[in-house]
Amino acid sequence: MNNVGKNMNDVIPSPVGREAPKDSVIAQETLKMKARNVDVFYADKQAIDDVSIDVGLENVVAFIGPSGCGKSTFLRCLNRMNDTIPIAKVTGEITLDGEDIYASDMDVVQLRARVGMVFQKPNPFPKSIFENVAYGPRIHGLAASKLDMDAIVEKSLRRAGLWEEVKDRLQDSGTALSGGQQQRLCIARAIAVDPEGILMDEPCSALDPIATAKIEELIHELRGRYAIVIVTHNMQQAARVSQRTAFFHLGTLVEYGDTSDLFTNPREERTKDYITGRYG
Amino acid sequence: MSALSLFVLVFGLATIAWIAARFRAARAVPLGEARAHSLPSYHGWYVALWLAIPALLFLSVWSVVSPGLVEQSVLSSSAAEALPASQIEREAILGEARALADGSLSAAFNEEARGLVPAYQQASGYYGMIGIVATLLLAFAGGAFAFLRIRPDFRARNRVERVVMWVLLIASLIAILTTVGIVASLLFETIRFFERVSVVEFIFGTQWSPQVADASGDEGSFGAIPLFWGTVLIGAIIAMIVAIPLGLMSAIYLTQYAAPRVRSVMKPVLEILAGVPTVVYGYFAALTVAPAVRDFAVTVLGISSASSESAIAAGVVMGVMIIPFVSSMADDSIAAVPGAMRDGSLAMGATNSETIKRVLVPAALPGIVGGVLLAVSRAIGETMIVVMAAGLAANLTVNPFESVTTVTVQIVQLLTGDQEFNSSKTLAAFALGLVLFIITLLLNIVALGVVKRFREAYE
Repeated sequence: MNNVGKNMNDVIPSPVGREAPKDSVIAQETLKMKARNVDVFYADKQAIDDVSIDVGLENVVAFIGPSGCGKSTFLRCLNRMNDTIPIAKVTGEITLDGEDIYASDMDVVQLRARVGMVFQKPNPFPKSIFENVAYGPRIHGLAASKLDMDAIVEKSLRRAGLWEEVKDRLQDSGTALSGGQQQRLCIARAIAVDPEGILMDEPCSALDPIATAKIEELIHELRGRYAIVIVTHNMQQAARVSQRTAFFHLGTLVEYGDTSDLFTNPREERTKDYITGRYG
Repeated sequence: MSALSLFVLVFGLATIAWIAARFRAARAVPLGEARAHSLPSYHGWYVALWLAIPALLFLSVWSVVSPGLVEQSVLSSSAAEALPASQIEREAILGEARALADGSLSAAFNEEARGLVPAYQQASGYYGMIGIVATLLLAFAGGAFAFLRIRPDFRARNRVERVVMWVLLIASLIAILTTVGIVASLLFETIRFFERVSVVEFIFGTQWSPQVADASGDEGSFGAIPLFWGTVLIGAIIAMIVAIPLGLMSAIYLTQYAAPRVRSVMKPVLEILAGVPTVVYGYFAALTVAPAVRDFAVTVLGISSASSESAIAAGVVMGVMIIPFVSSMADDSIAAVPGAMRDGSLAMGATNSETIKRVLVPAALPGIVGGVLLAVSRAIGETMIVVMAAGLAANLTVNPFESVTTVTVQIVQLLTGDQEFNSSKTLAAFALGLVLFIITLLLNIVALGVVKRFREAYE
């Protein structure tokens, strides 16, 4: 796209034989998250090997690759959810608006409020729909009054495209909704704290095609407001929702580029094999 | 031959039959023919079961019936005509004669008994022989019947499986029937008690003094309110004030904060606490906690009359005792909350303790409540600690520094020592037992219901 190659000076030279640099550059003004030379170890096993990637506001980024290739692991590095796994160790540099998120003075709680996450399986809390959305604003003290809270909940549910379906039953349990509605509730819950980025870990893999279409539509609408990264097993989905795609294989970033280029004209043999269905 | 050696003999025969039948079944399929329906060992089991079960059933019935038959034949013998008419004397002489006959007594006190010995020996030899012959006949008949049925297409496996099912069914029925029997015996004695003392007075009366009941009549001495209040005060209030927070917090620490190595040490240690005999807790309560509580009451609170037996000493120690119950149930139910819930909350930027307080504990609450109810039902059935630390005085008081007593302690009190089984005092123990049983039963039903609903929510 037009942004590619503008800011070569932004790129840290990567080790010999890797081709990431040129692709990992995006326009400075919309750049949100930047990862450089990230390695992840689970005990002695290396799960991620030297991954560098940029994420901006304008472009939805999709991570694709076969199961176990490390795409979810890497996604979880972006808001330090790997901290909850005691044996996981992350090295390299990941920044959010230029701040190193693995710096010792970075408050993880604050970070996760800025970079939200939506999981593979919808995981609403066993509380009412209202309380699910109000959860984040409440713990971060974002609403000064009951009216504020009502407004935040309504705004979040509207953005998640769920308001019309649930406005009359906000006190019903969140777990009583359908799978697709639950997932949109989780997205509403994530955007209720007004984050800067949203990480989605295979958000549609447990949903039927209609619910999937709704979530994809929602991702289109949220683009530009939030930096969005989505992990998906479904290559058509990656092609539909993302502007940029990263292909992971065996813990390495094989190729990162504009989605249209990557799918029509992959530079790497392995990428080509994967998207044509030869393995994975 | 005694019943025991006969039993061993039948067992040995069954083993031989098992081996023989297995061998025969293995040979029964000619080479190249279709496969037999059942494995040889199933044929072995089939024959062994046919050999052993009818024979052993007969043996067990016979060992119950034959002493009666022996006695009858002795009584009808000529030597028995000289026996006294009184039932008790006759029984005594017969018992002596029996002991002389089987050699467990060497010398007789009664001349009549000595006269009966030959008759006894003859009769028991006769019936014993019948028993042996019939048992062995049944064993051989059963074994032969089954052995002759060994054929490649005989469905021995299905039949053996059915026997296994019956054995398991009988095993589970024994526990249930025992419970029913216990309840029934409680029920009959309780009905007898309520013929003497009115139900209303028992349940709503506030005066408990069974010691004076014999002297001053039954009215006004059997009000169980002080006992149930004491039980509730110690088991459901004081013990729970100790056990719920400590148990819950230790469960939260163990599931959410403890490193795996710490958990692997602390959890078993905590569970050992559940294995300490309650008498040991009783010592601890009576010798250490109760005096400390009294000193505290006298010096700090200025209650000069504080007794060395108090509700609070027993309740606190009981609370410590049931910490493992609360904590292991809470541990299980917190661990059963899907990890996705926790991740979801952490990913919202909630801290660990916010996640626990707002998501994990509410989601696990039914399981925790179930655990607490089970702990309560255990606490109110507890006796030893209360006997040793809380005393025997049936006071109706809310002051935890006073001595109170509980239902179980009073049952012990009413039934120990020399008691005649016909007084209202002893019968009252059964009534108390029944009411306690009903209360714990209801608590358990509610608790299990709550836990079950919780499980369904996440499956």
